[in-house]
Amino acid sequence: MSLIFILIPLIASAILLLLRPAGLSRHLALAATLANLAATVYCLSCDYSQGMTCNFSVPWVPSAGIHFSLGMDGITLIMLVLTNLLAPLILLTSWEHKFDNEPRYYGLVLMMLAALNGVFLAQDGLVFYIFYELALIPIYFICAIWGGQDRIKVTLKFFIYTFVGSLFMLVALLWVYLQTNVNGAHSFAWADLTAVQLSPTAAHWVLVGFFLAFAVKMPVFPFHTWQPDTYVTSPTTGTMLLSGIMLKMGAYGVIRWMVPLAPEAMHTVDPLFISLAVFGILYASIIAVKQSDLKRLVAYSSIAHVGLIAAGIMAWNKPGVQGGIIQMLNHGINVVGLFFIVDLLERRLGTRSLADMGGIAKSAPKFATLFMIIVLGSVAVPLTNGFPGEFLLLNGVWTYNFWLGVLSGLTIIFGAVYMLRAYGLVVFGEARPETERFEDVNTREFLVLGIIAGLVIVLGFFPQTILGLTEASVDRILSAVQL
Amino acid sequence: MGVSFIVQEIMNQLIPLIPFLPLIGFAINGLFGRRLSKTAVGVIGSGALLVSFLLSIMAFNQVAATGAIQVSLYQFFSVGNLSANFGFLVDHLSVWMMLIVTGVGFLIHVYSIGYMHDDEGFWKFFAYLNLFIFSMLLLIMGDNLLMLFFGWEGVGLCSYLLIGFWYTNKEYGKAARKAFIMNRIGDLGLLLGMFMIFQNFGSLTYSDIFAALPNIQLEAGVVTLICMLLFVGAMGKSAQLPLYTWLPDAMAGPTPVSALIHAATMVTAGIYLVARFNPLYNLSPDAMHFVAIIGLITCVFAAVIGLRQNDIKKVLAYSTVSQLGLMFVALGMGAYASAMFHVTTHAFFKALLFLAAGSVIHGMGGEQDIRKMGGLRKAMPVTFWVFLIGTMAISGFPLLSGFFSKDEIFAYTFAHGGAIWWGLASLGAILTAIYMCRLLYVTFFGEFRGTHEQEHHLHESPKIMTVPLIILAVLSVAGGFLNTPHFLHLGNDQWLAHWFNSVIPMNEIHLDASTEWMLMSITTTLALIIIAASYFIYGKPSNLPVADEAQTGFTKVIANKFYVDEIYDALVVRPVEKLSKLFHYYVDIQGIDGLVNGIASAVSSLGAQVRKLQNGNIEYYLLGMVAGAILLMLTFWA
Repeated sequence: MSLIFILIPLIASAILLLLRPAGLSRHLALAATLANLAATVYCLSCDYSQGMTCNFSVPWVPSAGIHFSLGMDGITLIMLVLTNLLAPLILLTSWEHKFDNEPRYYGLVLMMLAALNGVFLAQDGLVFYIFYELALIPIYFICAIWGGQDRIKVTLKFFIYTFVGSLFMLVALLWVYLQTNVNGAHSFAWADLTAVQLSPTAAHWVLVGFFLAFAVKMPVFPFHTWQPDTYVTSPTTGTMLLSGIMLKMGAYGVIRWMVPLAPEAMHTVDPLFISLAVFGILYASIIAVKQSDLKRLVAYSSIAHVGLIAAGIMAWNKPGVQGGIIQMLNHGINVVGLFFIVDLLERRLGTRSLADMGGIAKSAPKFATLFMIIVLGSVAVPLTNGFPGEFLLLNGVWTYNFWLGVLSGLTIIFGAVYMLRAYGLVVFGEARPETERFEDVNTREFLVLGIIAGLVIVLGFFPQTILGLTEASVDRILSAVQL
Repeated sequence: MGVSFIVQEIMNQLIPLIPFLPLIGFAINGLFGRRLSKTAVGVIGSGALLVSFLLSIMAFNQVAATGAIQVSLYQFFSVGNLSANFGFLVDHLSVWMMLIVTGVGFLIHVYSIGYMHDDEGFWKFFAYLNLFIFSMLLLIMGDNLLMLFFGWEGVGLCSYLLIGFWYTNKEYGKAARKAFIMNRIGDLGLLLGMFMIFQNFGSLTYSDIFAALPNIQLEAGVVTLICMLLFVGAMGKSAQLPLYTWLPDAMAGPTPVSALIHAATMVTAGIYLVARFNPLYNLSPDAMHFVAIIGLITCVFAAVIGLRQNDIKKVLAYSTVSQLGLMFVALGMGAYASAMFHVTTHAFFKALLFLAAGSVIHGMGGEQDIRKMGGLRKAMPVTFWVFLIGTMAISGFPLLSGFFSKDEIFAYTFAHGGAIWWGLASLGAILTAIYMCRLLYVTFFGEFRGTHEQEHHLHESPKIMTVPLIILAVLSVAGGFLNTPHFLHLGNDQWLAHWFNSVIPMNEIHLDASTEWMLMSITTTLALIIIAASYFIYGKPSNLPVADEAQTGFTKVIANKFYVDEIYDALVVRPVEKLSKLFHYYVDIQGIDGLVNGIASAVSSLGAQVRKLQNGNIEYYLLGMVAGAILLMLTFWA
């Protein structure tokens, strides 16, 4: 079962890249993502209380202890929901956009999705690492080929930055691998890697290695400077893939790999990591307050939100981790909605500058309403999807340390400040000549934004449906890995 | 068993309808309102509330007969011990608030049908109002703090939507944002208070918390901290110093909104919160003291500002801030039931005053400056009479509702705080009487000072607006008899305080009847003197308020609201904006990203240097090889 999530997009990608069926590429891509979504829905009914299920394992390089092994628990499941729910929506957002060389474009998107699913399913350290890097390659090309101004320079920086980060992880991973001893041989299996008892000094370095990789990816302050430029330069689909799904590889990696591999030194480095994350929340929020470019504003808000996810997860208590997981899903949903809105505005008005907008409420009431709902989700108003995660994350950080909790709590104030400012500047005020005849959403746009807004409300009223899926898995990992 | 049991079962099933009917109204009007006729929109919006109100009355009877009702719909979330249900608690306290919210809310909905009739956003207005009522009912009906928080933030959101209702005006948008953000500052306090409560009590549900209270030992500091954090939330929502400045700005919203949200219901949420947690506050004299001090300062401070405002709604807004301050004084004195009593009467007379002000604005074609009014009593007799009743009620005219509720607070203040507290609280009341009478006389007496066009346009409001006004006027007159003091022997001694007894244990005033008589006589006499004197002062044309530019000295400071907004701007808003630019340009782009790019260019220039070695010169390569071999040999030797 697990393999399906990788195979479907991979095969579709291969067809697109090799056979280049000109007219049908986007339909094939959408069909592949919908098939994956259907498989994910099927998996919702599996039982995750007994640990990993849907296991799949074949020896790859048995002599070196490398197995191509995949498996799922509740945490993986939510990540698959995130990936495979957002994928068709992301494709639909640019459905009418004509890309040069469509088969290649959609082939790359699908390859990335295969890699992302692989990252979340991998039960073998090397397989995880390979998928982790594999995900980077297609998005690099997507941004570098179909991006905007300065795309070569910006994407090269993005690529090198995240790649260098991952190299630290590779070194750390290899170090732990060399300490494994399974009947006299080494092993990359998750269970074997986590069973290694590291010395405090070694654990220390292993944590730092993994942290660098994940901190760049999420990103956590001060490793975030690749992100705003990359988001602004990428085609919107690329931005959505990055911010909606790919960032979560980092946070997921912390839960699944970083902490379980080297819990021995967490208590010494954790204060530093969490403090960085919390500082990043405030830092990015404050920058977002005066941003004049809407896309950049959303990019900084995303740094703030992900910073809270990182802090909550690294607090390593139940509210923090549960909150982190549900927030990864909900942040993905909301940020895709927000970037879609930015894209919609940019295509209609030819600008992303807040100073040139305003007065859209009158000409496009549907757009204004859907935008409002997504903003509310992003601001984490109760009974929207942003709330349960933020509440639990803040509780997690607060339980870890009172003052860090208070500081990260300021995000609920700043979040309102910058999001409502942006919303007000875009939607309210007197109409200008350019915005007076702003076209309201068409059927396709209404469908995508409507689904997102619907999720904002439904998941806001019933968060337990998500939390219940991950509870057993989180309990297992928290009791297995105690700091 | 038997009939009463069945009735109770039915009631339990109906309880969730009370908040959800307005939600359904919101959904219908929000989704289809644009295509419905105005009558249909109005009927749906008001009808939902009317049914909720009737159900609340049934719930009230049920609570009176069998005590509190707890209804749980589903588990909202559960993470370890941290769990909360989507559940309702209808007890003596919440059912009383439900009656006020749905009852006064219904009247305001009906009034809005007339007031908003010509507005193109009519359907949207009713949708938002219903959403507000839903949120407010969650706030008061929730059986746990999380539900309260849902409502708490929900009403903040609706307030944002309604203040910025006329969205083309940028200033209104700013006021809306200010309200939401200031409320969120308070919300953070409430959130942290919830975390602390959960940490110490292991639950967010009221019944668990209060059941656990006698059995656990808490440090005094912890209790005080919890109470203070909850109170920070109350400060934001109930517009207390220093978080009050959003409320006067909130007057940008349509007037029924000011009446419903910014006077009668939402702003009393803070009072409800503290009253709900009275067992906890009773354990922390420090926190209670703090509540009382903040309340007292706010009460006097806002009343002083009210003296020099010339916008009819702004006067009422500062009056609301001041009256809320008085309620917090009561809470701080331990007179929780008296605070709730004043919440009730205030809901009547303040909703009345705002709606009457709305009627004036309606008649004046949108004018809000009282300097351009005058003599309106002839053209708008109904509005005049109800406004007069409202003014007398809030000023403490004998036997009107405000007279009883304020008097009770003063008596507690004297008994628990002493003469100085009593004196200062009475000062707030005296100032209230002054600015209210000034408002009344300047608006309704003297000569008309508006334009000729306005004079021509001037008319009494339609029945759909005046009937709710008359009903509220009756309530403002009679509301005081809900809770008459014992020493007057009027028959229904402290009925409301007895009603709350199961949630808020009776707190007797230990004063003898003669002291109470004396206190009451002093405040009443003062009120009467002021009402009479201000007629002679403000009735004279020479004493009309002057133009803004003509103000000097201290009156100018008051008219400019002590420059508090300007101070906040200089201390908070502008520094954050500066920091934002500093972080963005200097720290982010030049600092951190500069460092990242610096490392990259250092690596590439190192590459350029190293490349020079690979220059194709065979001699260099040979030299390098030999040197390397020697180095290796040396290493192994050693």
